[in-house]
Amino acid sequence: MTTFDLNDDSVVVIIGSGAGGGTLGNELAQRGAKVVVLEAGGRHEIADFVNDEWASFTQLAWSDTRTTGGSWRVAKDFPNLPAWIVKAVGGSTTHWAGASLRFAEHEFRTRTHYGAIEGANLADWPITLAELEPYYARAEDKMGVTGTNGIPRLPGNNNYKVLAAGAKKLGYKEFHTGNMAINSEPRADRASCHQLGFCFQGCKMGAKWSTLYTEIPAGEETGRLEVRPNSMAIRIEHDAAGRATGVVYADAEGRQQRQRARVVSVAGNSIESPRLLLNSASAKFPDGMANSSGQVGRNYMRHTTGSVYAVFDRPVHMYRGTTMAGIIRDESRHDPKRGFAGGYELETLSLGVPFMAAFLEPGAWGRGFTSAMDAYDRMAGLWIVGEDLPQERNRITLDSKVKDRNGMPVASVHFDDHRNDLAMRDHAYQQGRALYEAVGATRTFETTPYPSTHNLGTNRMSANARDGVVDKWGKAHDLPNLYVSDGSQFTSGAACNPTLTIVALAIRQAEHIAGRMARGEV
Amino acid sequence: MREVDKRTTVRRRVFLRGAATAPAAAAAVAAGMTIAPNAAWAADLKAVKPNTMTVLARAARDIYPHDQLADRYYIAAVLPYDDQAAKDAALKSLLEEGAAQLDAEAKKRFGRDYIRVGSEEQRVQVLQAVEKSAFFQKLRGDLVVSLYNQKEVWPKLGYEGSSYEHGGYIRRGFDDIDWLPEA
Ligand SMILES: Cc1cc2nc3c(=O)[nH]c(=O)nc-3n(C[C@H](O)[C@H](O)[C@H](O)COP(=O)(O)OP(=O)(O)OC[C@H]3O[C@@H](n4cnc5c(N)ncnc54)[C@H](O)[C@@H]3O)c2cc1C
Ligand code: SF4
Repeated sequence: MTTFDLNDDSVVVIIGSGAGGGTLGNELAQRGAKVVVLEAGGRHEIADFVNDEWASFTQLAWSDTRTTGGSWRVAKDFPNLPAWIVKAVGGSTTHWAGASLRFAEHEFRTRTHYGAIEGANLADWPITLAELEPYYARAEDKMGVTGTNGIPRLPGNNNYKVLAAGAKKLGYKEFHTGNMAINSEPRADRASCHQLGFCFQGCKMGAKWSTLYTEIPAGEETGRLEVRPNSMAIRIEHDAAGRATGVVYADAEGRQQRQRARVVSVAGNSIESPRLLLNSASAKFPDGMANSSGQVGRNYMRHTTGSVYAVFDRPVHMYRGTTMAGIIRDESRHDPKRGFAGGYELETLSLGVPFMAAFLEPGAWGRGFTSAMDAYDRMAGLWIVGEDLPQERNRITLDSKVKDRNGMPVASVHFDDHRNDLAMRDHAYQQGRALYEAVGATRTFETTPYPSTHNLGTNRMSANARDGVVDKWGKAHDLPNLYVSDGSQFTSGAACNPTLTIVALAIRQAEHIAGRMARGEV
Repeated sequence: MREVDKRTTVRRRVFLRGAATAPAAAAAVAAGMTIAPNAAWAADLKAVKPNTMTVLARAARDIYPHDQLADRYYIAAVLPYDDQAAKDAALKSLLEEGAAQLDAEAKKRFGRDYIRVGSEEQRVQVLQAVEKSAFFQKLRGDLVVSLYNQKEVWPKLGYEGSSYEHGGYIRRGFDDIDWLPEA
């Protein structure tokens, strides 16, 4: 396989191999660029995946220390696990469920549509839905999203059937088995879904799209892309003119290496990307790289989430088949009459017994809890994905006390729910309970949000350099050749699972970077 | 609908693994082991006192009571503490002192050691009295994994575990629900 010299300064260095980094790497390699992807985690292929929740978590999840603050309940229940995301080649696309939704037009322009909301730092994106539509289409084709490109939707499992029956009783109109980046029939040399029920543990069929076995090997096949696993970026360097020149990283043995670069892209997901920029402070960039606006690390969003689990008098076996097996979209509209701005989706979700024990009601014990676990096979469940509002004080900072094994300060994640988030969550909980009660639930649970699986907004896009970190291409306002290529670019979160948008932005960004390279601008 | 067989599979000895997050040496737990004062299985441990270990097992059952689970699953959940405590003096004293505190609380309220208090309701009152302690938090937090991550426990709660080697659920009931109103 191709390897590049540490001193080769003609390569694009991408930090992170997930949805953003993996896609950008392949797209650039296809356009003739030379690419080095630095990935902090190891490379675990499909054959290594295990249908076992804790064992898989140990294999793939980011478990290096992070710290927390703020009034969100995660800080109390999981003080060192603010987020459930991945440290491995493929990033969180190994764990993800596959739900792939396009933003609505108003979700790109929240300041315009929602107005000024106290405590929220709303802004319009510098791009519109119309500009992104062609890239959404390419992303859907690349990822094989069901319900697009003539790809049939997946069959509904038991958990979906309960959801759908309840949705119908409540009078909802738009519900189906979703737009999923999961093969409903063999496609792109990958098998179809066999309803294993372990989508969160790495799909052992390879039916679910992940950069691990799509983008990355496709890029490697060009001979122009090298993935370096177990390589943790610590600092981005620059020259006197303020151009990024390379990345210092710790290799598998903990030795520091310096990879020179023509262009640097940061795609470490929304906690690690700002951490890296803040840790790259220098005399020229005293508050952190690309941070003249002071917005690096701010406006952290995690979606307004929560689950409703319902117990029935008869069996459901919700764990059989796709984890996210269907969606109700009726509540995703912006309709302030409900008492909040923005909207939410209801999507089925199922956890196995090990994770259910940990997440159903963290801290609970006694017969109230065990009687719920005894009803495990009679449970159905859904997850709320709602738009949460960006707030300046919800932010990632460098922890001044805790360092990782490379001596790099760990990320501290501060989060307070906004009034709008709380009102939305309450509404969604009520709708979820009503839906299940309408089809005979005998007991329902409002389950508190899990550690964040969606992490967004900490290097936001803005038209004006003073309001954000990157421009409409994801290029840092402050540097000519530094890009952000993950969900931290998001100006708003929308009532959508984020990955399709991350991939669409990465395809668009690759075109832009390749064009600039061809024109000799970088 | 295809149901999960929840009956015990009869085997003389079952080998259960400790907490996945703290992979301990596999603890060998025999089918007939029960939680009782002076239990033979707790007599011969490396680090933890026999009385402490039986109190931990009793407390484990009282914290997460599942009447369809035999005592041995709770014993398997706490037995790995012996190996861990042998290497960790702070853990050892947390457990010894915690168990002693449960006995002291039980004596104060009900005039006897924790494990000899006959009513579950009364033992739960003792646990509630120490609920905020580091000992209780540690025990409860570990049990979430050391009890519920035992593969033998899963079918008893109606969960089937790994499915890949069985071809998934595509032909094994992923959509076999038969009691819903037409959607
Ligand atoms: C259980 C679960 C279910 C999900 N379901 C869905 C879903 O259905 N739909 C959806 O849209 N989204 C879903 N998501 C979210 C989705 O996975 C993420 O939005 C997406 O993967 C984010 O892409 P990314 O490129 O920003 O980061 P990631 O995919 O997380 O990739 C970042 C990578 O960067 C690496 N990295 C970080 N810092 C460094 C460093 N300093 N040096 C080197 N490497 C570094 C990390 O190890 C990681 O591999 C889910 C997530 C989880 C965990
Ligand atoms: S249910 Fe389908 S998508 Fe999920 S892990 Fe199984 S085969 Fe993969």
